[in-house]
Amino acid sequence: MDLYEYQAKDLFAAHDVPVLPGDVASTPAEAKAIAERFGQTVVVKAQVKTGGRGKAGGVKLAETPDEAEAKAEAILGLDIKGHIVHRVLVTTASDIAEEYYFSFLLDRANRTFLAMASVEGGMDIEEVAATKPEALAKVPVDAITGVDRAKADEIVAAAKFPAEVADQVADVIVKLWETFVSEDATLVEVNPLVRDPEGKVVALDGKVTLDENASFRHPAHEALVDKQAEDPLEAKAKAKGLNYVKLDGQVGIIGNGAGLVMSTLDVVAYAGEKHKGVKPANFLDIGGGASAEVMANGLEIILHDPDVRSVFVNVFGGITACDAVANGIVAALGILGDEATKPLVVRLDGNNVEEGRRILAEADHPLVTVVDTMDNAADKAAELAAAGV
Amino acid sequence: MAIFITKDSKVIVQGMTGAEGTKHTKRMLASGTNIVGGVNPRKAGEKVDFDGNVLPVFGSVSEAIEATGADVTVIFVPPAFAKAAVIEAIDSGIGLAVVITEGIPVHDTAAFWAHAVATGNKTRIIGPNCPGLISPGQSNAGIIPANISGSGKIGLVSKSGTLTYQMMYELRDFGFSTAIGIGGDPIIGTTHIDALAAFEADPETAAIVMIGEIGGDAEERAAAYIKENVTKPVVGYVAGFTAPEGKTMGHAGAIVSGSAGTAQAKKEALEAAGVKVGKTPSETAGLMREIMQSIG
Repeated sequence: MDLYEYQAKDLFAAHDVPVLPGDVASTPAEAKAIAERFGQTVVVKAQVKTGGRGKAGGVKLAETPDEAEAKAEAILGLDIKGHIVHRVLVTTASDIAEEYYFSFLLDRANRTFLAMASVEGGMDIEEVAATKPEALAKVPVDAITGVDRAKADEIVAAAKFPAEVADQVADVIVKLWETFVSEDATLVEVNPLVRDPEGKVVALDGKVTLDENASFRHPAHEALVDKQAEDPLEAKAKAKGLNYVKLDGQVGIIGNGAGLVMSTLDVVAYAGEKHKGVKPANFLDIGGGASAEVMANGLEIILHDPDVRSVFVNVFGGITACDAVANGIVAALGILGDEATKPLVVRLDGNNVEEGRRILAEADHPLVTVVDTMDNAADKAAELAAAGV
Repeated sequence: MAIFITKDSKVIVQGMTGAEGTKHTKRMLASGTNIVGGVNPRKAGEKVDFDGNVLPVFGSVSEAIEATGADVTVIFVPPAFAKAAVIEAIDSGIGLAVVITEGIPVHDTAAFWAHAVATGNKTRIIGPNCPGLISPGQSNAGIIPANISGSGKIGLVSKSGTLTYQMMYELRDFGFSTAIGIGGDPIIGTTHIDALAAFEADPETAAIVMIGEIGGDAEERAAAYIKENVTKPVVGYVAGFTAPEGKTMGHAGAIVSGSAGTAQAKKEALEAAGVKVGKTPSETAGLMREIMQSIG
């Protein structure tokens, strides 16, 4: 789960990483009140989970509370790369003497963690990495020994931080590591980390990604989920324990196993090229044990998606064999009754496939078409979706 | 022969008495796996009857090894306790640990992997979040249904469970030496490259199917490895060509950010290494079919 800047900075502050005072506002009036409280020049920053806010006009300086209100008015509701701004962070402004970059992240290739640091912060770090790789220090971090003060000093030296900030930066690095580990983050990034004219080092921005697999030991993380920004169908699916992602096509997809479902999306997209360019409407993995109830929950979510024109149920019968899956589909259609209104193309393969197909044939549901291969079934589903467009 | 597990493998199950552990221990036994016991410190000394197969429960992996000579452990322990279970397996010196558990925090996986490295990589780790592996007719360590395909000369390595099953089903008339699901998490113990190296060295494997998916650069690295080191024919498939950027598709590793890690980049890297890449699972199976027919 990616956090907003204000959430990331709250976590930073909780772990004693230096940040500027700030508060979040969802209306211009709230922004004005915060600016009044600070009684000094503030920065009004759009809270969106994407980069390039500054260029899009989402970060503005405001010298008075009235100006803060006006800037918030202008920023709230902006569309930044498809992300609508619902909140702004109002924070005290800081003069900047120097900008640095720092992050901890997962290094998949080396199966460990990595610290990345640069004294050329402020700009797009991918650009620094591409155009001036020598300016970006990458220091592997052992998951067991972690980052103590000595390791932080090593990172500071590798990135060639100026002597006058070395001590402060090392201290910040140790605290960011504490944040990274104790919050179960997979990314903690500060860009820019700045030195102000008085020589103080502060995290001016923050980006944090939390590991959802670790939520069982972080009950507080639940409150960080932005319910307002969640797709309503995704939220509903999540509440039912389903792994669902809404996409922008017309063919609803249900399958078992993440890899097979991803593959199904591809096969449907290829088939759609011949049928008015229809595309998959969602990703939905019902997992290995596709009981009738899980199948009904999945079908219910998909049939309530107004964009869906046809549904492709693609199941490989492994541990849950095809006959059980077929019974699940029949039962699910029974549970849904009149709510089931869109054509279903079903492809079953694997264990007990003949029995599964026989069950579907006997049920003879008017909405269900059984097709024997994944490629042909995708074609049929795309054709039916195109007919409904 | 086969890779990593054979008919001589002696398997124990950590978490054998839990719901998943019980269900799959029965299935593994039914497919002929030589399971010699389970581990659960709270039930040490008890015996569990699996349809007539009475298996002892040991207090620790080390005790189980001492009593049975076990050389493989399959781990079904829940996510919160998986790190301790894997570290226990590593410390016992067992040769292979297959971590089926889904949903382990990546900091925990990073920690047990660092522990394995720090202690000299004596234990091969497969997974986590994987279906395990099967050498049909010999041994089955994990949750791959044993009745999809029999033994043969194809080696299969895959990030995805159900795509493994699909591919085994499509090529069941040829059969498999070993099929191994390495898991879709960002950090895994056994990589595509490890499996490719083992298949290359295995005299019973004639050709290899490699299934990847979006995210990371494991497939690109595997492609570079194949070019230099693999002489057997390899056919590839990559899932996730049409996945939108920035969305996680079930497998924690299957997230695309930026251009690196896309299915297209992986396909091109594999093709540059001489690997034939299918556009769909069926087309991929078709490519392997042609190879097996030409080998005869």
